[in-house]
Amino acid sequence: MSISTDIQIEFIDISKSYDGKTMVLPNLNMSVRSGEFLTLLGPSGSGKTTCLMMLAGFETPTSGEIRVNGESVHNLPPQKRDMGMVFQNYALFPHMTVGQNLSFPLEVRGMAPDERERRVKRALEIVRLEGYGDRRPGQLSGGQQQRVAIARALVFEPGVVLMDEPLGALDRRLREQLQLEIRSIQRELGVTMVYVTHDQQEAMTLSDRIAVFNHGEIQQVAAPETLYEEPAREFVARFVGDNNLLRGTVHSVDGEICKVQVGEGLIEAFMVEPLEVGAQTVLAIRPERVVLSPSMEYSNTVTASVDDMVFQGDHWRVSVTTFGQPEFVVKIPNFIGQGGILPGDRVRVGWTAIDCRALPEENLKAA
Amino acid sequence: MASSLTSRRLRAALLAAPLFVFVSVTFIAPLATMMLRSVYEPVVAESLPETLAALADWDGRELPNEETFRVAGMEFIALNERRALGSVATRVNRLESGMRSTMLGVARELANDPPAGAWREAMIAADEDWAEVSSWLAVRRAGERITPRHYLNALDLDRGAAGEIVAQPEDRRIYVTLLLRTFAISAAITGICLLLAYPVAWLLAHARPSRAGLLLLLVLVPFWTSLLVRTTSWIVLLQNQGVINDLLVVLGILADEQRLSLIYNMTGTIIAMVHVLLPFMILPLYSVMRTIPPRHMQAAASLGGSFWQSFRRVYWPQSLPGVAAGSLLVFIMSIGFYITPALVGGRTGQLISSMIAYHMEQSLNWGLAAALGAILLLLVVLLYLIYSRLVGVDRMSLS
Repeated sequence: MSISTDIQIEFIDISKSYDGKTMVLPNLNMSVRSGEFLTLLGPSGSGKTTCLMMLAGFETPTSGEIRVNGESVHNLPPQKRDMGMVFQNYALFPHMTVGQNLSFPLEVRGMAPDERERRVKRALEIVRLEGYGDRRPGQLSGGQQQRVAIARALVFEPGVVLMDEPLGALDRRLREQLQLEIRSIQRELGVTMVYVTHDQQEAMTLSDRIAVFNHGEIQQVAAPETLYEEPAREFVARFVGDNNLLRGTVHSVDGEICKVQVGEGLIEAFMVEPLEVGAQTVLAIRPERVVLSPSMEYSNTVTASVDDMVFQGDHWRVSVTTFGQPEFVVKIPNFIGQGGILPGDRVRVGWTAIDCRALPEENLKAA
Repeated sequence: MASSLTSRRLRAALLAAPLFVFVSVTFIAPLATMMLRSVYEPVVAESLPETLAALADWDGRELPNEETFRVAGMEFIALNERRALGSVATRVNRLESGMRSTMLGVARELANDPPAGAWREAMIAADEDWAEVSSWLAVRRAGERITPRHYLNALDLDRGAAGEIVAQPEDRRIYVTLLLRTFAISAAITGICLLLAYPVAWLLAHARPSRAGLLLLLVLVPFWTSLLVRTTSWIVLLQNQGVINDLLVVLGILADEQRLSLIYNMTGTIIAMVHVLLPFMILPLYSVMRTIPPRHMQAAASLGGSFWQSFRRVYWPQSLPGVAAGSLLVFIMSIGFYITPALVGGRTGQLISSMIAYHMEQSLNWGLAAALGAILLLLVVLLYLIYSRLVGVDRMSLS
């Protein structure tokens, strides 16, 4: 399934305030492409759910406009928006059977009974719950209930499917399994999906693109690989995956590469956006890109003392102190073994300039 | 294992024992006595044993024989001397009016002037009612220890000369009409309560907690106020020169001579009872609605349901246990309601309860009062069974 470049949903200068004083969303601009899986990722209170609720029509923007297929949905009530929604606690109707739950959106659209039956059957097949139509939601496990909720949001073939932390209540194993199912269902049906989660791993697994939210502002919108490899903001570097962060001052600039003064040393780094000499910067270095006893081609090599080593299965997590800062993490893939080091050893660690991203410093209230 | 189970059961039984004893003594025993009274009437049988023995063989078509007259006359005299004839005569009188004075009169005359031999002539001479077969039939029927007559009476039925069941004469049929009216009024009150309570309960259940607490207080304050106070304040509000009528006249909506009669009639009974019983509808509804996640209505809307479709298909069915519990509670309470109709019902706004009270306090026909009460109880139990069959008792929530 290829994602078209047609824009289906647009948030234009959206702001939202519940009490008229504090802005939950100060000024939001975002677009969702047709057939895309877009995840709104952020910590709780970052405005991602508000964003989804406004799209679904349960909340009204304080200002700005949401457009779907080029038309404002401002005056459309939720039932006219043609969006299937999956809620965190499923919101299945307990007094109806699974079949009746799925049939409800078709009935209110006045669909004929045989057509309804066909669609319900098909939707249950999609979520692999054939034969469960006569059960009540209360008789199903959490994972099965969530599948029913997904089927119910798909059965009337809405233009957009919205999901609000749908897997939050499930245990990890089930969550991972359902993530893959949701992903394959979405790819198969090609339906536009807007998904809210605070779990970056989940966002990575599912999404075509991820919009990272913090304090009501979008930090970055990008494909998962881009977000991971090329975080544009300090918050993204902190929130998505692990990162070692070093604070310093820009010493000199040469094209896209700059030299940054960190403590006594100079570190070569790749500038995400142009920085002035003397500017404060945060360097983000992925732990798995740091090597022990680096060869000559690593432009940055520093001395560090090993504090602790933890075996994590696929890697060793080594925390070292460098530049006087503890908790600088190095991940050693376990095929190298332990790397021949022990806590207390002094080692050389290194990384390339391209794996070291110089980000503008931010005043982060919380990460 | 077994002994620990036994001791646990014993402890449970001991904990429940005080309540059980209390309920047995103050509720079950009096109830059973009253129920017994509705079918068991020994006074006449114990007072006139020989007369009734003599009447037992009587064919009931012609006047009884001389011997019967003699035995009856002597027993009347004896009872009258012990001042016990009055209560016997009252009971016979309920079957054949006029019999009270007939019996007391004949006893007095016979005592003053004891007949030498011809008791029959003497008694008929004293009161010619004794020449009527129906008088003797009344005595014989009043002597039945176990009798369905209170129930027949309560259902506007009677027994004919041959003991067959016949309808009461039209002008004496009151109880069935009253019973039906009681049911109709109770149903109306239940319906009005449901209409008024449902939106309030909805608001209570889904408002912000701080506001919901205040609203709940507003519901509960009248609930905590004495029933008598609430009922009498309705008198102040509703009477002809009361607050509501005055207001309507002052506002020019009504002319002075058009004042509405809002009290001492059925309207008054309904208004006051709806108010009194409203919390019993709101509270079960509220407790059920609180368990319905507000997300369900949102989910229904996102699936394309309009407000009414979503309400009808998603919300209403889930609130049904509360509707059932509240309605049953209000209906059963209003069927037996006494104080409010007694105070504001006037002549036309009375329910069956006032008739029961009348027979308990005024006419002292406790048997009939008991029969009316038993019929009421039976109908309520029957209704409850039908209801629980339809709704399922386990799904019903009495808050």
